[in-house]
Amino acid sequence: MLTTSLYFIVFGSAMGGRMMEVGGVSYGAFIVPGLVMLSILTESVSNASFGIYMPRWAGTIYELLSAPVSAIEAVAGYVGAAATKSLVIGLVTLATARLFVDYEIQHPLWALAFLVLTCVSFCLLGFLIGVLADSFERLQIVPVMVIMPLTFLGGTFYSLSMLPEFWQKVILFNPIVYLISGFRWSFYGVADVDVGISIAAIIGFLVVCFLAVWWIFKTGYRLKN
Amino acid sequence: MQPIISIRNVSKTYKGGFTALKSVDLEINRGEIFALLGPNGAGKTTLISIICGIVNPSGGEIIADGHNILTEQRLARKKIGLVPQELHTDAFERVIDTVRFSRGLFGFPRDEAKIEEILRKLSLWEKRNEKIMALSGGMKRRVMIAKALAHEPKILFLDEPSAGVDVELRRDMWEMVRALRESGVTIILTTHYIEEAEEMADRVGVISKGELVLVDEKNSLMKKLGKKQLTLDLQTPLAAIPAGLGDYALELADEGRKLIYSFDTQADDTGIAMLLRRLNEQGVDFKDLNTEQSSLEDIFVSLVSARP
Ligand SMILES: Nc1ncnc2c1ncn2[C@@H]1O[C@H](COP(=O)(O)OP(=O)(O)O)[C@@H](O)[C@H]1O
Ligand SMILES: [Mg+2]
Repeated sequence: MLTTSLYFIVFGSAMGGRMMEVGGVSYGAFIVPGLVMLSILTESVSNASFGIYMPRWAGTIYELLSAPVSAIEAVAGYVGAAATKSLVIGLVTLATARLFVDYEIQHPLWALAFLVLTCVSFCLLGFLIGVLADSFERLQIVPVMVIMPLTFLGGTFYSLSMLPEFWQKVILFNPIVYLISGFRWSFYGVADVDVGISIAAIIGFLVVCFLAVWWIFKTGYRLKN
Repeated sequence: MQPIISIRNVSKTYKGGFTALKSVDLEINRGEIFALLGPNGAGKTTLISIICGIVNPSGGEIIADGHNILTEQRLARKKIGLVPQELHTDAFERVIDTVRFSRGLFGFPRDEAKIEEILRKLSLWEKRNEKIMALSGGMKRRVMIAKALAHEPKILFLDEPSAGVDVELRRDMWEMVRALRESGVTIILTTHYIEEAEEMADRVGVISKGELVLVDEKNSLMKKLGKKQLTLDLQTPLAAIPAGLGDYALELADEGRKLIYSFDTQADDTGIAMLLRRLNEQGVDFKDLNTEQSSLEDIFVSLVSARP
C-alpha cells in the first residue's frame, strides 16, 4: 500500500499533470492496472517461493511428504494460499489507487479473471522457484532480477505506442506485456496487444507452470532426496 | 498372523550413487515394538523415510497394513505416524496449532478432547499457547511426538527417539511407548543405543552398511547369542591351554593369567563342574572365578565387526 501510494505521488501527480492523456485516459488512471500487476506479480512470486522454500529449509516438509495428501492437493494448498494473499493485495492496491485517481473498470469480470489468473500462474512460478532454489539468495534472484524489470519495461508506466517502432517489436517478447495490456483493456477498453492473445498467453503460462509443479510433486524432484 | 508391515527387496541408491540400502526384507508384526539397531550411517533413517514416503525407494515393495505404500499411498499413510530424527518444527507456530494442523493434514476431523489428551500425556498442555521456538530441545521433541500422535496412527515410527534427550524425557518416552503398545499401536524405533533396544523391544533387527544382518526376538537373541562366560583368574600364567582340556571351548587372556570358558546357558549340562574337576587334575590353580552374560552390546559389536 505504501509503495502504491509512493508510486502515485511520484508518477501520477508529479508527471501526470505535465503529461498528456494516454489513449484518452489520464496518465494517473492509465498506470493503475500496471501498478496493480506490479504488486501482485512480485507478491505472488515471493510469497509462493518463500512458502515452499521455508519448510524445505527448516525440514518441516517431512510432514507434508508423509501425509495422505495427493500431489494435486498439496499444490492446491500451497499455491491457493499464496494466490489468495496476492489477490487480496491486488484488491487493496486497487482500492488505494482510488484515493489518488478516478478510474472506471469497463469489464469488471474480465479484470477479476485477469487478476486471478495472474495470481495463480505467478504463484505457481514462485512455487517452482521455491522448489528449485538452494539458498535464500537464489530465492530472491527471479523476483528482483527478472519479474521487477520485466514489469517495469512491460508497459506499467507507458503505452507501447509511445516507444520507437523497433522497441515495440522487441518488447513483444516480454510476457508481462500481455498481462498488463490485457488487464488495462478490462479497465479502459484500450490495449497494446489483442486481448485474445493476452488471455491465451496467460492461460498458456498457467498450464506450463501447473504441469511443472505437478510433476515435481509426483516425482518428488528436489522434495524427496 | 499377517504382518502389519512387509518390506520386500527394498533398496535405495542416492543420487550421488551411494547405496544406502541393499535389498532389505523385513516383516513387522502387529502390535510389537521393533527396534532397528545399527551404527550411524547404517541406513536406518533411509529405511524409515522410504516407508513413510519421504524418500523414494530405488526398488522393492512395501505393504503397510494391507496397503501398498506407493499405489495406495493415501490409505497406507493415514495409518502411519513419524517422529523424525532431526528436530524440524515451525518456529513461529503455537504448540497447539501445530498439533491441530497435523491432525487435519492427515484427514482427521477436529477433536479438541483428543488434542488435549495428547498434549497432557506429553506434559505439553501448560505450554500449548507458546511459540515452538520458545521451547527447549526436549520440549520440541515432545511437540514432534504430539504431532505424530495427533492422527492416531496404528504404526508409529520413532527415529532415534533418545538422541539428545534428557533422562527424564527418555523415561517418559519409554513409558509412553509401552502405553501405546498396550493400546494396540505397532512401534518401530531406530536407535544406536543398545540399552534402548534391550529395554524396550520385543524384536530387534540389526542393520549395518545397508544390510539387515539379523532379525530375532530380543529374548531368544539374548539366549542364542548371549553365551555366558566363566573367567578364571589363574595362580600362575599359562603359556598354552593344557592338552588334556582340548575338548573345552577355552581361551587364554591377559597374557595367560585368565582362562575363559564360554558355555551355553540353555544346555542341560553347562560342563562347569567337569571342567573344574579336570583343571584340578591338571594342576591348574585359580584365585577367583566369575561368570558374566554377554549383553546385546557384545552381540551387536561382534555382528557388526564381523562384516568387512
Ligand atoms: N540425501 C542423501 N544423499 C546421499 N546420501 C545420503 C542421503 N541421506 C543419507 N545418505 C547416506 O546414506 C547412509 C545411510 O544414512 P541414514 O539412513 O541416515 O543412516 P542412519 O539413520 O542409520 O544413521 C549414510 O552413509 C548417509 O551418508
Ligand atoms: Mg538416522
